[in-house]
Amino acid sequence: MNSALQQRLFTDDSITVEPVITVRGLRTAFGDHVVHDNLDLTVFPGEILVLVGGSGTGKTVLLRQIIGLDQPAAGSVKVLRHSLFDLTPGERRRLSYRWGMLFQAGALFSALSVFDNVALPLRELRTVPEDLVRDVVMCRLAMVGLTANDADKRPSDLSGGMVKRVALARALSLDPELLFLDEPTAGLDPLRSDEFVDLVRSLHRQLGFTVVMVTHDLDTLLALATRVAVLADKRVIVCDTVPEVLKVDHPFIHTFFLGERGLRALGDLAPKGLHHGKP
Amino acid sequence: MPHSASSAPAAVPFRQDGKVCHVAGDWSVLALAQAGEVERRRTAMARAAEEGVRWDLHGISRLDTIGALLIWQAWGEKLPERVRWSAGQQDVFNALAMNKGEVQAAPSKPESWAWVRALGGAIFQAAENGRALLIMLGQLILDLGAMLRRPRLGPWREISAQVYRTGAQALGITALVGFLIGVVLSYLSAQQLQMIGADRFIVRLLGVSIVRELGPVLAAILVAGRSGSAITAQIGVMRVTQELDAMRVMGISHGQRLILPRVLALAVTMPLLALWTSAMALLGGMLAAQVQLGVSAQWFLTSLPDAISLTNYWIGILKGVTFGILIALIACHFGLRIQPNTESLGRGTTTSVVTSITGVILLDALYAIIFSSVGI
Repeated sequence: MNSALQQRLFTDDSITVEPVITVRGLRTAFGDHVVHDNLDLTVFPGEILVLVGGSGTGKTVLLRQIIGLDQPAAGSVKVLRHSLFDLTPGERRRLSYRWGMLFQAGALFSALSVFDNVALPLRELRTVPEDLVRDVVMCRLAMVGLTANDADKRPSDLSGGMVKRVALARALSLDPELLFLDEPTAGLDPLRSDEFVDLVRSLHRQLGFTVVMVTHDLDTLLALATRVAVLADKRVIVCDTVPEVLKVDHPFIHTFFLGERGLRALGDLAPKGLHHGKP
Repeated sequence: MPHSASSAPAAVPFRQDGKVCHVAGDWSVLALAQAGEVERRRTAMARAAEEGVRWDLHGISRLDTIGALLIWQAWGEKLPERVRWSAGQQDVFNALAMNKGEVQAAPSKPESWAWVRALGGAIFQAAENGRALLIMLGQLILDLGAMLRRPRLGPWREISAQVYRTGAQALGITALVGFLIGVVLSYLSAQQLQMIGADRFIVRLLGVSIVRELGPVLAAILVAGRSGSAITAQIGVMRVTQELDAMRVMGISHGQRLILPRVLALAVTMPLLALWTSAMALLGGMLAAQVQLGVSAQWFLTSLPDAISLTNYWIGILKGVTFGILIALIACHFGLRIQPNTESLGRGTTTSVVTSITGVILLDALYAIIFSSVGI
């Protein structure tokens, strides 16, 4: 999707796009500890939305609730026009064909080879012939930059970066419309992390899915984000493009984006007059 | 864009008009997931895929990589010369052409003498396990010596926790199983003894068989299944979560902190559990004898000390101690050998329980031969 169009889509009120994900009035509590209260979030098709927030603000919990792994105490979550918590098992299964998730530690099935891990979602459909499965899997592995040699390896023999690539290939196995990434670059060295960001960007261009991503890494955020949702004070305080987010006056945004690290990563995007960190 | 939201009317997925092939409708994985759909489309396209046909993809409402691959296969994995398509569709096919997966290497042929290799491997594996167990036993004795020299530094807290977990918490299940086995044994022997009029021998029969044999073995099998598996799984998960490595880094020896407490705890609790199981089995046997043969409980209890000598109890206790040490050593050994993946964890736990039960029964047979003339 070209960025000019995207710019228009998310800023021009006259164009109404049906959102992919709508979260309304969400409340999460563990015992007495309230994590989210009356939280709203909207995700539009084709964008890359990045969730940021201090530790303990429930970014991963929110992601798990959007994909239906955890149930919130109150509020509604609508994904791809389906209200998540009143689906029949059949509808839920069909919905699960339309999304993919990359877990923080990869969550590859350690008993299966790389090939079988990527093939699993396709084989679970029970209707795709094995030769087509093989072609799709090899194509996916090639897309994430793995070779035929890697296909027979066990997850325990892979390096951290390769685990992420295989997990991404598995998440993309069914051509999802919606991709969830939980800390996709955590645990990767800067070089691998940049490679992974490039990979996600080029796949996003090729396949046109919507991405919801949790990350701590400013470089990843700036490289990929269409919009940024900032979680603080138990809700989403702002959800907009990076320059708009920078205009919001909030302690978390100050420390996260406008600290020394943030300014270094922001470069030219940093607001003028704040370049005190530079020599 | 591959996921265009426009919903087209139900179109025929494939139609040939003379020299033009029209592809239309939904070509996403969701549509292809219908039973038999892939085969139907494939055979339809196979008939058309000859030289010189024109392909028209404009009717396609949804196209994703999997649907595109199906068409791509029908084209013989290359772009046809004449094709009408939208820019979005072209992108999908270009992505395919760009990421044409390599052919997966053919699986290597199985060797014809593979079973010999497997047999040899199993023998070496068993020898390796035996050697490792022996080393572990040696290390245990050294650790024990070190602990006795400086008892203040011993892992007492760990030992007491393990005694509670493997001993006190196992009282219920061993009591239940012991009691029921006692009832069954007494009931069946009573029928046989009645036939030859030897009712009074029930005390001797139950006493020797339970105290010397059944009590310790039953308790050991239950503990191997209950505590042995728990020890293996716990140490195995510590490997998966790198806790074992963390201990090594801090200079805490696995032998001192993991193996020694478990072996000592089982060496203490196992003979006690064996006694407890024997007592419960005798209780069950006594009640069943009262019902079946009319032997009074009072008479049963007073004639028990005459029927079996104290030596039998000591043999039972000796068995309990050695079974306990054996189970703990085997469980720790297989726990430490677990690789950091789920499959290895399951296999390791199974092997641990099977090996310790087999070991207990082998050792018991050895004792039966050694003590064949003692205390009967």
